[in-house]
Amino acid sequence: MDDALSAEAEMVQDRPGRLREFWFYFRENRGAVIGLWIFAIFAFLAFFGPWIAPHDATAQYRAATLQPPVWQDGGSWTHILGTDPLGRDMLSRLIVGARYSFFVGVVVVSIAATGGIIIGLIAGFAPKWVDSIIMRIMDIVLAFPSLLLALVLVAILGPSLTNAMIAIAIVLQPHYVRLTRASVLSERQKDYVVSARVAGAGIFRLMFITVLPNCLAPIIVQAALSFSTAILDAAALGFLGMGAQPPTPEWGTMLAEAREFILRAWWVVTFPGLAILVTVLAINLMGDGLRDALDPKLKRS
Amino acid sequence: MLNYALSRLLTFIPTFIGVTLISFSFIRALPGDPIQVMAGERGISDERYAELAKQFGYDRPIYVQFWEYLTGVLQGDLGNSFVTKRPVWDEFFALFPATLELSICAMIFAVALGLPAGVIAAVNRGKFFDRALMSTALVGYSMPIFWWALLLIIVFSGNLQWTPVSGRIDLLYYFPDPTGFMIIDSLASGQKGAFVSALRHLILPTIVLGTIPLAVIARQTRSAMLEVLGEDYIRTARAKGMSPGRINGIHALRNALIPVITVIGLSVGTLLAGAILTETIFSWPGIGKWMVDSIFRRDYPVVQGGLLLIAVMVMIVNLTVDMLYGVINPKIRKR
Repeated sequence: MDDALSAEAEMVQDRPGRLREFWFYFRENRGAVIGLWIFAIFAFLAFFGPWIAPHDATAQYRAATLQPPVWQDGGSWTHILGTDPLGRDMLSRLIVGARYSFFVGVVVVSIAATGGIIIGLIAGFAPKWVDSIIMRIMDIVLAFPSLLLALVLVAILGPSLTNAMIAIAIVLQPHYVRLTRASVLSERQKDYVVSARVAGAGIFRLMFITVLPNCLAPIIVQAALSFSTAILDAAALGFLGMGAQPPTPEWGTMLAEAREFILRAWWVVTFPGLAILVTVLAINLMGDGLRDALDPKLKRS
Repeated sequence: MLNYALSRLLTFIPTFIGVTLISFSFIRALPGDPIQVMAGERGISDERYAELAKQFGYDRPIYVQFWEYLTGVLQGDLGNSFVTKRPVWDEFFALFPATLELSICAMIFAVALGLPAGVIAAVNRGKFFDRALMSTALVGYSMPIFWWALLLIIVFSGNLQWTPVSGRIDLLYYFPDPTGFMIIDSLASGQKGAFVSALRHLILPTIVLGTIPLAVIARQTRSAMLEVLGEDYIRTARAKGMSPGRINGIHALRNALIPVITVIGLSVGTLLAGAILTETIFSWPGIGKWMVDSIFRRDYPVVQGGLLLIAVMVMIVNLTVDMLYGVINPKIRKR
């Protein structure tokens, strides 16, 4: 009898921590793990790209312009994925380009999430009229198609990668505000928040220490998904000539430069887009895995 | 229901004013003086500058300017384009049918493939078909559509020579356009080959623009179907011995459609954003290309007016979806 009880007590103590539990569910999703590995490679390239790349990303090899990849006639091992119209090495540009996309994702998600969470918390805790005003403003921002709004914002601020990031962050922010506010409103009714308030917790403690940690799960999933949206939108802006400017080896900008050669040199168009697709796909796979692992409603099904 | 409709309509008004304010202030914030831009390379004398500033009302306080703009907007006056000198309103509605035609075709494409794909995936949950379809959907969902467009051009226009690269129809054909929809007008004109030409121009842009909605609809249909298939009435139908085809096709799909319809309605914004890229790549003479060109030409009244009209259009569609949802699902109205 005693043994059974203590075994049970031990089991309770052995209950895996939150991170372990999360990892247990995340690992079950094979796609998510593959996505995580690809993302790890992407992050590695983002940090160490310039040292790994076989050539300088902006060096122009005039003797070898528009050289096809190694497996086609006329290709050579010096330029494995061929060269672009200016004779720059494709593989090196792609590797170095990883850091721009990674940087865009990190910066945009940090700005949008921080701003969105704070505004969402305020909307959730403030009196009704403040809440209404904030939500109306978010409705207004959401009424514009995101890419169009980002495009006009960049036109105002001037085309550059930094301004593209600011514009995309502004456009993505309302999603975080809505998400945070919705979770805050449902958490606020719960007993633990009421008891914290009765115990004399101040408004900031209630907001950031009592309520926020319990609202994080959907926000983390949203962060993963908007990481990929940010990369796609930044590439689209680059493609339209409103993002990173040449000769920056940003993937979308590379596509824009390659556009007129599409019927003559398929590789200058194919590889940068493939890089965008694989990266975005990996992040979306990871996001799906995160959602399944963090959402308690789906765990049981 | 009436109360719900009225309260939704009331929130429309402040949002509309806000949207107007944003598109109004954007133009005041754009770099460069609009009058200098209009004067172009030759420059402008100080007297003429003052005269023009007075004519356009730039010399008056900003809130007066905004009030005039707002009242103008409500009367359908969005100013004239700097480049063509024509009213922005007229230009927008001359080009709008092209975008509408493309969007409708893209949506038909997305629904026609997305719904069956979602249903098949849900019915075969966890099996090969489910995994194959959902992996494909995730790839489509992650697709940079501007690159997808270029790939399709390489394969279908470059290598196979099946489809043209740009425009809505071959230059050979000319006919009046009462509806503005090229496939209808070309058919009505009765010219030989015009309809086929219009159709061939439409194929690639439709696929490109429809890809992301297709992926979203397939994923949404699958999850909605899975939810419905777990309901008691489905089990009852099964216990009664009803055929699986009837259960899935009629009982389950009909109820799964409600969230799917919402997603279809809400992807109008996505379509318009996608139209910017698709139209630019295929030189499709619609709203998206017009906006991009105007941004590059610094044609302020067009950017301002186009932004406003597009936003209002998205708002009206969202409002309609909300109302329809209220009609279908009474629980929503109570909030």
